[in-house]
Amino acid sequence: MNRIEKRFKELKAENKKAFIPYVMAGDPSPKETKKIVLVLEECGADIVELGVPFTDPLADGPTIQRAAERAIKKRVTLKRVISLVRDLRRRTEIPLILMTYYNPVFKYGDERFIGDAKEAGVDGVIIPDLPPDEAGEFIKFARKKDIATIFLLAPTSTDERIKKVAVSSRGFIYYVSMTGITGSRLLIDNSTGRSIRNIRRITDKPIAVGFGVSNPDEAKAVAKISEGVIVGSAIVKKVKGGSGKKLREFLLKLRTAIK
Amino acid sequence: MKKGYFGQYGGRFVPETLMPALIELEKAYLVSKKDKDFQKELSHLHKTYIGRPTPLYFAKRITEQLAGAKIYLKREDLAHTGAHKINNALGQALLAKKIGKKRLIAETGAGQHGVATATGAALVGLECEVYMGSDDMKRQSLNVFRMRLLGARVIEVPVGSRTLKDAINEALRDWTTNVRTTHYVLGTVFGPHPFPTMVRDFQSVIGREARKQILQAEQRLPDYLIACVGGGSNAMGLFYEFLNDNIKMIGVEAGGKGIETGEHAARFAGGSVGVFQGCKTYLLQDEDGNVLGTHSVSAGLDYAAIGPEHPYLKDMGRVQYTYATDDEALSAFELLSKTEGIIPALESAHALAETIKIAPKLSKNKLVIVNLSGRGDKDVQHIADIKGIKL
Repeated sequence: MNRIEKRFKELKAENKKAFIPYVMAGDPSPKETKKIVLVLEECGADIVELGVPFTDPLADGPTIQRAAERAIKKRVTLKRVISLVRDLRRRTEIPLILMTYYNPVFKYGDERFIGDAKEAGVDGVIIPDLPPDEAGEFIKFARKKDIATIFLLAPTSTDERIKKVAVSSRGFIYYVSMTGITGSRLLIDNSTGRSIRNIRRITDKPIAVGFGVSNPDEAKAVAKISEGVIVGSAIVKKVKGGSGKKLREFLLKLRTAIK
Repeated sequence: MKKGYFGQYGGRFVPETLMPALIELEKAYLVSKKDKDFQKELSHLHKTYIGRPTPLYFAKRITEQLAGAKIYLKREDLAHTGAHKINNALGQALLAKKIGKKRLIAETGAGQHGVATATGAALVGLECEVYMGSDDMKRQSLNVFRMRLLGARVIEVPVGSRTLKDAINEALRDWTTNVRTTHYVLGTVFGPHPFPTMVRDFQSVIGREARKQILQAEQRLPDYLIACVGGGSNAMGLFYEFLNDNIKMIGVEAGGKGIETGEHAARFAGGSVGVFQGCKTYLLQDEDGNVLGTHSVSAGLDYAAIGPEHPYLKDMGRVQYTYATDDEALSAFELLSKTEGIIPALESAHALAETIKIAPKLSKNKLVIVNLSGRGDKDVQHIADIKGIKL
């Protein structure tokens, strides 16, 4: 079983929810990122998402855009992120997911990417601009190597889309909390719960919610209606201040809120 | 061929949030194509509002000077708002109104598509916001003011390369956020399906008219069609009607300061296949798949990717692609101004530059149609700056 599926199974048995932080790989530097991932684990993260920098991140808000720009300046590429995972795997068994745009993967080659990612210790991939409709080949390669393909659902998704995404997803389904980009202001209302209940009618795969979760209160509200909470921009902002006490305090607060 | 694809190019590479809107748009578009009332309204506006058909003008003096093929200009510069962009913007504005959207957004490079969308929005009564890179706002300040006069809000995009590519990213982010109320009027034959097909169809009126006009003037079809290619909508608009005829077609990309300098926007000369802003196509990128900066004297051609139908036509050998440098475009700009009394857009000047290269080599009985996609009024300030003249 893949590390992601295993972790969700364990959490379910303990009646707990997943805390899934996101950091941009290579921001502020690849060396720091390795340290930060270990800090995330220490502070109770269940799964870590590593962002792969790209010049044109069209699903991301300003915080992650700037983090990507900083990482690109440090010459961080998809290849380097994979080798960063290889290094990390010597020190941790935490499930690791790459979140990347499709062009770096396409340029690398779908099959070669899946092979190298697997060998390095990557457990899953999120590609916001690769909907299942365009991912036929990619899914085939990923299945062969047991890399989880995590697709997105949004408030605008129809039942037909939900079915397609559910069938194509492994590990969990990423529910985008709002129509918008990462780091926008979150508004958890009844409709969010309703949408997630509707997805549950169609699939029993775990659902993690992301985009805009910025503080412990929001994390708590999201944890109540899903199996996992993804926190990105808010952590990327804190990481900018270093991997020290302030980041740890924030992570521990989030961890406590996500039950 | 797979739906939404041109051979291996095209597709729909967008975040899930936008997928339902693209599916809805595709359906609405297909319905509108067969909807007689919609088509009647569009063709009425073509005639009474845009001023179509635009003339096919025999450029006698330039033909004499080049002493080769007969050169005809398809005068899209005479369309309302000064470029072919209005053909598409108006079509999409009508469609957006029909599917109940309240607001239009657009990206713009040279400002012509922004002006055209602002015009369409005013005409049908919708709100309009236009994204434009900071650098483009500087070199096309006249068009920025025009959009404001037309009641649109121009939103500056100060990130990335501060040109068209970043304006498209921001427009896509806005659309993702406001997709329920907003239609994104993409300005060229680019992006996720159905845009490349839909925009081509709205622009194909150019070729349909040109065909009739040349038959009337010369009693035969032309030998060459030449158009500049940024995203590639004016070229597709002219070429599409003639794809099954035995006619040579040439698309002219922006060679900037020369391919060897790396400062250009010639995707076929310096690019490779990639996936960008919604579709699989040719793209200027580095070996890690990051998108490269581009350069062109003309804002409308200054873009890292090309509409997906173009590489398809190139692979088939149906259309030939070349480029013209900034300097070549600038001298073509001056030549047309002084020889014919027509100030062309800097974009269209690239197509003229290629014409100047090939026409003298052709015999006098050959016919060339050049798409004069826009007028150069918007570039006057920029040209003065280049020449170091203060207006």
